[in-house]
Amino acid sequence: MADRNTPLLEMRNIKKDFFGNQVLSDINLTLSEGEVLGLCGENGAGKSTLMKILFGMDVIRETGGYEGDVLLNGEKVQFSTPFDALAAGIGMVHQEFSLIPGFTATENILLNREPKKRNIISEIFGDRLDTLDYNEMTGRAERAIGKMGFSIDKDMVISEMPVGHKQFTEIARELSKDSLKLLILDEPTAVLTEKEAEALLDSIRAMSKQGIAVIFITHRLHEILSVCDKVVVMRDGFVVSDVPAAETTVNEISKKMVGRSVETAAKADIRDMSGARTVMSIRRLWVDMPGETVRDVSLDIKEGEILGIGGLAGQGKLGIPNGIMGLYEAGGTVEFDGKQIPLNSPRRCLDASLAFVSEDRRGVGLLLDETLEWNVAFPAMQVQDKFLKSYLGGLIKWRDEKAIRDVTERYIDELQIKCTGSKQKAKELSGGNQQKVCLAKAFALEPKFLFVSEPTRGIDVGAKALVLEALRRFNRDSGVTVVMISSELEELRSICDRIAIVSGGRIAGILPASDPSEDFGMLMVSMVK
Amino acid sequence: MNETLDKTNLTLGDRLRGFVDAFGLPRLIIAAFLLMLYIAAPFVGAGFWMQISNTINRFSWNAIMVLAMVPMIHSGCGLNFGLPLGIISGLLGATLSIELGFTGPMSFLMAILIATPFSVVLGMGYGWLLNKIKGGEMMIATYVGFSSVSFMCMMWLLLPYHSPTMVWGYAGKGLRTTISLEGFYDKVLAGFLQINIGTLSIPTGTLLFFALLAFGMWAFLHTKTGTAMTAVGSNPTFAKAAGVNVDKMRMLSVVLSTWLAAIGILVYEQGFGFIQLYMAPFYMALPAVSAILIGGASVNKASIANVIIGTFLFQGIVTMTPTVMNNMIHMDMSEVIRVVASQGMILYALTRKTEATK
Repeated sequence: MADRNTPLLEMRNIKKDFFGNQVLSDINLTLSEGEVLGLCGENGAGKSTLMKILFGMDVIRETGGYEGDVLLNGEKVQFSTPFDALAAGIGMVHQEFSLIPGFTATENILLNREPKKRNIISEIFGDRLDTLDYNEMTGRAERAIGKMGFSIDKDMVISEMPVGHKQFTEIARELSKDSLKLLILDEPTAVLTEKEAEALLDSIRAMSKQGIAVIFITHRLHEILSVCDKVVVMRDGFVVSDVPAAETTVNEISKKMVGRSVETAAKADIRDMSGARTVMSIRRLWVDMPGETVRDVSLDIKEGEILGIGGLAGQGKLGIPNGIMGLYEAGGTVEFDGKQIPLNSPRRCLDASLAFVSEDRRGVGLLLDETLEWNVAFPAMQVQDKFLKSYLGGLIKWRDEKAIRDVTERYIDELQIKCTGSKQKAKELSGGNQQKVCLAKAFALEPKFLFVSEPTRGIDVGAKALVLEALRRFNRDSGVTVVMISSELEELRSICDRIAIVSGGRIAGILPASDPSEDFGMLMVSMVK
Repeated sequence: MNETLDKTNLTLGDRLRGFVDAFGLPRLIIAAFLLMLYIAAPFVGAGFWMQISNTINRFSWNAIMVLAMVPMIHSGCGLNFGLPLGIISGLLGATLSIELGFTGPMSFLMAILIATPFSVVLGMGYGWLLNKIKGGEMMIATYVGFSSVSFMCMMWLLLPYHSPTMVWGYAGKGLRTTISLEGFYDKVLAGFLQINIGTLSIPTGTLLFFALLAFGMWAFLHTKTGTAMTAVGSNPTFAKAAGVNVDKMRMLSVVLSTWLAAIGILVYEQGFGFIQLYMAPFYMALPAVSAILIGGASVNKASIANVIIGTFLFQGIVTMTPTVMNNMIHMDMSEVIRVVASQGMILYALTRKTEATK
């Protein structure tokens, strides 16, 4: 038996880098039996990576393992697969469901751990052919559901369940393991209704009473305060605060989540453009983009400004440009320059001098197998008939290779794209340089209005600064209105004039970039669904 | 990267490796094997120039059907296993042209003209179907090809053809399996400017006709529309975001491919001298698919050079292997060896199928 004084779980000086990119630095955590720990932080703060280390996910080992020690009951452990972690009594409920839709709750709860009866065939061919003991299964499933303290129908088929019940089935599956000592819940309430979420919090309390420790990851800060014993806030791979829940407030947590040496980061040349003409007005926009649903967004964008759109992942900020540019099903009205823009038609948006740099560089942004020349020139060629030579009175539109090369080389110089030449394939460039190619592609369209989505995602600090500078120059020199969508608030604050925060598929508020970051933090979590 | 290296410092080995990388080791081996067959031919008593003529002839018959693969590969519809659909359009053109009483070169021209609307309509239906099942094109295409061939097996019997050169002699109705083209368009292209030196004979006209269509394809791929088609194949989402109508481009590529297949079979017939109906189109997609794969094309990248090299290597091996083997073992096994060689090449080619970066 473990000593009463040794904590159930202790993580000491955990460090992890992905190819030189430090994502976790000196993480220390302790967790006692029956304790509930709330873990929060912005996207990319390192929460998921930390949990992956604890759970022995393959991705950690494949990327060179981690430094530091994980101690369970005072003994050092190193899980090389999730199975080891399961055997040691750690359970995890992921954000995505891993249930078999055609099976009942009972079958899912006990999958591959079913109580079995021997029969004649299995005597001969081995225990894979044992018969399932359904009576015993029902009993165990009932006990697990009972432990949870929220009742679900154990005979219902998963595909017929409301989404909240699926979540509870996952939890029941973890609880049905007798050895369970520690349960990790990764944003379990994200898909739940308020009532279900309340029930989940109750069941967390019930588990804690039975001595099961829980790590609870969520963006809903009030839930953390109501159920957790202590709150750990992570930011940029560090633990920035580790305090008992009773001694903190939602305000304080959100401040710690976003605030770094913040006040210096905001740039001096923030302009007040409220007097300028409204160039785009969005009314009651909804977008059906999986994982980034926009519910009801109304927004006015001033001519010549840089507007930032921020918010937590999954709240709908990415849906706004993708919906307006016609890449996902959308509805509502969008007026640009006094004219209505038809939705669901990429071509009509491009014709109206709008341009979009997608957050999905490899999927939407680039022709990976083609040359930089094609990548840069293609949209302008297709939409505006640029870089073409016309023969037979416009009947034949021939590619003007020289014009294409010239424009590509111009942008290679201007944006300092590192490549062997304009004929290099896009897939051979690094992420940062690929991003610059995406920008060049949009610049070549010479738009009046530019959406830039997550322009610095996954690129290094140097490239980041260059990309942001290029955007700023483009805005200042050509007077182009820029709307930049980013998960990194500090990045938005360094370049934008105003920042709109999206939460729960709606605009939670618009603030000047100079406002303190905790105000933005409050908006981010204000309407989280 | 390699471009930045100083070329003069490269050793012979490096250069050789660079060449092998660029040309592809499998193609090099096939080319070497083919060369070996040519060298062996005179020793086993098969005339060298005769064999060269054979290969060039087979090349000229088949090249256009291989060219028909190019547009659909570019638009991302994959390899056109539904080639028989285009071939059927060509066969309809051929039989209707004869039925309507055209003879000589005129019958060839009319066959092309009549085949065109058929290939456009069938191609549009086929394209519509392929747009519904994005991702599973090649499997569906195979069965479109097979089922259209089977359907036409019935139609060849039922359609009211009357021309005595084409229908069965006893019944007076229903088309024969093989129809001679003598007096119609037999060798109509091959005979044009034909070069005959000893046993070497080159069908200049057919080669020129292929060159014309290949140039047309090359030129098309350099236009705005052709560029859009290539982009659709390379990354459909990118193309959509750039305002290109992806479905329309794919449809256009399928129609082009079907039309080229129709022209391809007419050119094949004029060289071969016969129209083959019923089950003949059934097996025509695989050799064309194999040829372009051996030529170095991937599932969504293909060039005119791939077409030429691939057709030459594939047809070369398929014609040379049986001849040389037969002469070596002095037994008539040509059909067996031909089947083994061509199916083996197809099998090999399909293993070479490579996908694009995602």
